[in-house]
Amino acid sequence: MNSRIKNLRNKTLQKQVTISHERAELVTSFYKTYVSMEESIPVQRALCLKYLLENKKIFIDDNELIVGERGPEPKAVPTYPEICLHSLEDLEILDSRPRVAYKVSKETKKIYKEKIIPFWKGRTIREKIFKAMEDQWIDSFNAGIFTEFQEQRSPGHTAGGELIYQKGFNDLKEDIRQCILNVDFFKDKDALEKYEVLKSLDIAADALIAFANRHADELEQLARGENDSERKKSIENMARVCRRVPANKPSNFHEALQYYWFLHVGIITELNPWDAYNPGRLDQNLYPFYKEDIEKGIITRKEAKELLCCFWIKFHNHPAPPKVGVTARESNTYVDFCLINLGGVTKDNQDGVNELTWLILDVIEDMRLLQPGSMIQVSKKNPDRFVKRALKIIATGFGQPSVFNTDAIVQEMLLHGKTVEDARKAGASGCVETGVFGKECYILTGYFNLPKILEIILNNGFDPETKKQIGLKTGEPENFKTFDDLFDAYKRQLEYFVDIKIKGSNIIEQINAKYMPVPLLSLVTEDCINNAEDYNMGGAKYNTSYIQGVGMGTITDCLSSLKYNVFDKRLVSMEKLLGAVKNNFKGSDTIRHCLEQAPKYGNDNDYADNILKIVFKVFHGAVTGRPNAKGGVYRINLLPTTCHVYFGEITGALPDGRKKGLPFSEGVSPVQGRDRCGPTAVLKSAAKIDHLKTGGTLLNQKFLPDLLKEEKGVQAIVNLIRSYFKMDGHHVQFNVVDEETLRDAQKSPENYRDLIVRVAGYSDYFVDLTLALQEEIILRTAHDMY
Amino acid sequence: MPGNPYIFKIQRYSIHDGPGIRTTLFFQGCPLSCRWCHNPESQAMPEKAGSENMDGIALALMAIIEKDLIFYDDSGGGVTFSGGEPLCRPGLLFRLLGMCREKEIHTCLDTSGYGDTKILLKAAQKVDLILYDIKLFDKAAHEKYTGKTNGIVLENLKQLSRRKADIRLRFPLIPGMTDTDENIDRVIDFLRENTVYRDIHILPFHKAGERKYKLLNMKNDLKDIQEPSVAWVGTIKKRFEAFGFNVRIRG
Repeated sequence: MNSRIKNLRNKTLQKQVTISHERAELVTSFYKTYVSMEESIPVQRALCLKYLLENKKIFIDDNELIVGERGPEPKAVPTYPEICLHSLEDLEILDSRPRVAYKVSKETKKIYKEKIIPFWKGRTIREKIFKAMEDQWIDSFNAGIFTEFQEQRSPGHTAGGELIYQKGFNDLKEDIRQCILNVDFFKDKDALEKYEVLKSLDIAADALIAFANRHADELEQLARGENDSERKKSIENMARVCRRVPANKPSNFHEALQYYWFLHVGIITELNPWDAYNPGRLDQNLYPFYKEDIEKGIITRKEAKELLCCFWIKFHNHPAPPKVGVTARESNTYVDFCLINLGGVTKDNQDGVNELTWLILDVIEDMRLLQPGSMIQVSKKNPDRFVKRALKIIATGFGQPSVFNTDAIVQEMLLHGKTVEDARKAGASGCVETGVFGKECYILTGYFNLPKILEIILNNGFDPETKKQIGLKTGEPENFKTFDDLFDAYKRQLEYFVDIKIKGSNIIEQINAKYMPVPLLSLVTEDCINNAEDYNMGGAKYNTSYIQGVGMGTITDCLSSLKYNVFDKRLVSMEKLLGAVKNNFKGSDTIRHCLEQAPKYGNDNDYADNILKIVFKVFHGAVTGRPNAKGGVYRINLLPTTCHVYFGEITGALPDGRKKGLPFSEGVSPVQGRDRCGPTAVLKSAAKIDHLKTGGTLLNQKFLPDLLKEEKGVQAIVNLIRSYFKMDGHHVQFNVVDEETLRDAQKSPENYRDLIVRVAGYSDYFVDLTLALQEEIILRTAHDMY
Repeated sequence: MPGNPYIFKIQRYSIHDGPGIRTTLFFQGCPLSCRWCHNPESQAMPEKAGSENMDGIALALMAIIEKDLIFYDDSGGGVTFSGGEPLCRPGLLFRLLGMCREKEIHTCLDTSGYGDTKILLKAAQKVDLILYDIKLFDKAAHEKYTGKTNGIVLENLKQLSRRKADIRLRFPLIPGMTDTDENIDRVIDFLRENTVYRDIHILPFHKAGERKYKLLNMKNDLKDIQEPSVAWVGTIKKRFEAFGFNVRIRG
């Protein structure tokens, strides 16, 4: 790491995260003063973006090589009042909470009070959504049956494809012009709408080009005042780059990086999409530029690495937009889930690991930053040494890069109707979610609480926590004569709530289509231009809505315990079991002990694992293939982010012996500490899920550091990964840490500021996690040296 | 739990008991009582099961062994019979070795060498690799630290060498017990004079077994012994290498 990178890295690590009112203020004055109500909503949104990019402060840091900030300075996080309005109380919480704070200045609070809140109250998408939801939806939402992704952030969740490396924005403007000529006002009833969308895309293109030119102006001015001749040369070069991209197709490695970065900043300025934006298959996309530059002697390997390091720092400068309300009270994360993909296969199905892949792995190891997240795609075609290199980085105990199965991803895509070429361009973004980069809108709609459904049927449709009848009356549980009776009730109840969720999400998708188009994101997502449709209207080539199941391990253990103890072995009566559960096992240690003896998921035990299979089948059956509002379908993922903690908090004691309020299992990992047969058994159990029918599953494993100290231990983990992937497992990641370290970090957080752990589909600083989440991670089984 | 009195533990994902990812079956009962034993609970001879349905027991064990076939295939692993001393239970051992060979599962026998020569030689024909411990050459020391003299162990090794059985020799490095100059010289001399084996794996003592002694209320004679330093292990390695041995640490 040279001194430039060292300085920039230190700066971004030490910089305090703040809330910036710049964007909120500009958006407000745009809507107050400049917006013309004669314009269509798509055009209004495009003009709003243009106004933002023409008026926001340009920030260029000393010695940086890639430019562009979303806020007026690094780590100054804007807000998005048109989506979700922060109250003064929210700002106080953000400002003062001990973990993951966002400092809010007095001035910001004042501006919020005087300008932002008065204008936006009653006009936000969040309010529109809650107003449009039916009572059943509200009750289920309040009870924690499911969450809603779009209530605070706009739909996004996509990654960039190859388009921007093949076309400049001027080329795209030309494509738009052609499409406008083709709009058929004689026959097409949607012609005007299409025309307006195309116009909005064109304005968005101009907006980002203008933003780049402002940087070029600023850089040229800086160059004039720069005395250091080397830096002067470098600034002049940066100015040239900013003049060229995004207007033109990139002609070298530096331009390609800067082009992507301008686009990234533009998209996260336009709105606050989950999960930010993502360069996707970075090594594949950039390799042609890298190769050519190296061959022609335009760049050295060292210079390319330096540019990549600068690029990495840019991501770290951009923490996630802050949440509001109840969500803000929980400590959450600065991570905004950008996940860079490495390796996998090329378009023509060859080994995708190239020279740049290795270089980027070096960057990941050197930078050791939470953002951007990184992962390796492992195909059977990739060499073992590639996996080993990644494991050596993982072994440093930082939860990155995570490990994905390319061959499974390709099959998942094919099963869902993508072309084989598109399938090979796919990857995982966010935590583990799959999509075709650059061509698919695949939004997460919310987490779905699988164990809570059981709690509801054990109370005949009543939720003991919110004290409301929220579900179907499936009968008194004492009357279930067989396990099949009970499971049938589970199935009906789950389908009932899935219906509520899907209906709500379809309404929300239509709200976003109508009121919150995203011209810039649409511009770079194929085939929005050709379809003359916005990203939020279904303009992308593929449109998928995901519902993410949470608590697979917990629900499996609960049902296994009921089947084993109540129906098969008749060790406990349903009545007694329910009594013990109701009292949170107070005075029922014997019963609880009995419940804990039942077969558990994660031990390669078919008794438990077969239950996992039927739960999966029911959840998959209830969701997959249902039409969404964008001409695509719903599908499932199995991942929690931190929702297994929240869902656990609002769920009472459960029949597997879990006490009230404790976290659920995460992803498809076993319940913490209940996998007792080693990692091969866990992988076998997890592989009994039909991963290919999902859009991503998440499995975390914890290994003690000793296990990765020797070559043999590393090789064995490579073999574990290969075997799991042969069984079509989607993803696996490793925490390499021991309990003493984590306990010590709890005691003396000041000594462990940089301790990073894998949480679920992302990594975070251990000391920034809530206590509940810290405990949950400590409780996970650690695989020891055998 | 294996559900029979002859196998006291089954460990999946073993990576130090032979090549690749392995499942290790630990037999109950051992004629020796080595002071550094990691599995002291395995030393007592098992009580006989009510019905001696060895075929049934073997079949049930095979079902567990076969669970990890995919991992053996990818890693070049298999199953390891360890203990205790598997040679004490030849009926079960031969059944399992036979069944594994039929299913093409790679097998290792982890033995102290202290057992009936005929049984050992028969096992050698049925097994893919033998992990053979060579500990102490001084008869009195051997008896002192393992409970038995070493005549059988050395004779058995000669016999195996004569038949060129595939063996991985393992030398437990226990500070103050096996790492004396004299002992190491004699190990080297013996191997060079009497065997064809020139590969040796050094297993440095580690304190992982300590907790078990406490739990089992057994006397732990090694509690004051420290784990050997990396430098010391390196020195010992060089001594073997000076005589043309290929040495690996652990493994």
